[in-house]
Amino acid sequence: MYVEMKHITKTFDGFQASRDVNFGVEKGHLAALLGPSGSGKTTILRMIAGLDRPDSGDILINGARVNDLPGSKRGIGFVFQNYALFRYMTVADNIAFGLEVQKKSKGEIKSRVEELLELISMKDLGKRYPHQLSGGQRQRVAFARALAPNPQLLLLDEPFAAIDAKVRRELRTWLREMIERVGVTSIFVTHDQEEAMEVADMVIITNQGRVEQIGSPEEICLHPQTDFVKDFIDAERFEALMAIH
Amino acid sequence: MSEKTKKAYETEETADGLHSIQKVIEPPHESSRPIIKYLLIGVCVLFLAVMLVIPLIVVAVNAFSDGWAAYQKAVMDEYTLKALWLTLLATVSAVVVNTIFGIFAAYLLSKFYFKGRQVLATLIDIPFSISPVIAGLVFILTFGNIGWMGDFLKAHDIKIVFAVPGVILATIFVTFPFVFRELFPVMNAQGKDEEEAAALMGANGFTIFRRITFPHIKWALLYGVILCTARAMGEFGAVSVISGHLRGKTNTLPLHVEILYNEFNTTAAFAVSSLLVILAVLILIARNIVEWKKK
Repeated sequence: MYVEMKHITKTFDGFQASRDVNFGVEKGHLAALLGPSGSGKTTILRMIAGLDRPDSGDILINGARVNDLPGSKRGIGFVFQNYALFRYMTVADNIAFGLEVQKKSKGEIKSRVEELLELISMKDLGKRYPHQLSGGQRQRVAFARALAPNPQLLLLDEPFAAIDAKVRRELRTWLREMIERVGVTSIFVTHDQEEAMEVADMVIITNQGRVEQIGSPEEICLHPQTDFVKDFIDAERFEALMAIH
Repeated sequence: MSEKTKKAYETEETADGLHSIQKVIEPPHESSRPIIKYLLIGVCVLFLAVMLVIPLIVVAVNAFSDGWAAYQKAVMDEYTLKALWLTLLATVSAVVVNTIFGIFAAYLLSKFYFKGRQVLATLIDIPFSISPVIAGLVFILTFGNIGWMGDFLKAHDIKIVFAVPGVILATIFVTFPFVFRELFPVMNAQGKDEEEAAALMGANGFTIFRRITFPHIKWALLYGVILCTARAMGEFGAVSVISGHLRGKTNTLPLHVEILYNEFNTTAAFAVSSLLVILAVLILIARNIVEWKKK
């Protein structure tokens, strides 16, 4: 297992966001944290990233306990829900930021930025500012920025939420391909089951701070283990979906 | 309005003082009733003429009523120059201290959540609602001979009341909300996603401030500094109480003007006033440049 959560609990001002959360994600896999809003999925992601601290339990990345390690030392890339692009920097500067902070050489930064711009098919848009981009382009820049320092783990918080439905499907496929090509272990948060089922190798279903079920999309749809999962997953829609593929 | 554009619109509206001012200056729709328009223009012009333009003309006319030589003598007078120096010293001190404090306070209140946050924000606004005279008295009661810290200060031979430090303290007190008030809404609207993103990439606090936070707040900061400067230079009440009116020692320009006026030295009073007016006009120009640049 590349990432492991062991008996994680977290409370915010009396609100229990995580209750004894346990799961693991294998190296190179793409996992989805799926659940209704308020079920604690974003909290889990933020704790892996080091943006929030669990009250108890262990977070392991590549076998090492990282609870006390700052987020910047965990080898992760993070894509925020609204992308959080640096609005006063160009696309190229956004992508370069993480490398500059690591004091990489100018030449190295330049070639890496070019490589990533190529990867996200935005070669000619490096000089643009975030507000001059479409929602889909912004997401691609956020993705490239997160990947720039070569993280071993990519975390994405509702990566498609801010994009209109039409482009969403397209981007979904794109992101899946990119992650496969780069080969980075990834975890993304979503409340959209179709998204989770279509993109992920492995789905973790959360409800009221608890993990309800972990498994491949097929397993979860065909053998829901709890009443909640049974209600939450629309099996018929999923079967239709599988038939198309 | 879609949710997204609505949100962008709201942020723009509340994000900073500058923008809202520009919104007022450029109304989107013209009323179809020209009579009302001209009536309102008339009211505004009349009001400004009575309240602002005529008094300013009076200052200028009186300042030069005894000719250029008398004006020059009043302005170049030793005590006037000392008062001008003290005014500038107090203003610069207040601006420096309040800029640093304002940035810290706005950063704290917009990026961190803790108990008593609201109370702290209210406390910072106190100088807006308290009379400057009371502010001056408070300092006398705290640092004066009979005050709380009187014995301690006396023992260490530190003089605050009726001395320059008192003048500076009073000026700082009266102007400390300005920078904070300009910065806070802007920082609040920015959220902390960008800063979290930068921190996750390993940027330290200073780099985050310099490259993420500062570019966002620089115009609001400059605007706050300008407002703070304007207010600090004109401060009378608090400084008047704490200064003790020691000519050539603790007199600022506004206090000096009052003394001259009370001595029936009207021409000199107006001549010195004109210095303050000139400083005010310079600030106004700076403010307009900032507004124009920001656009």
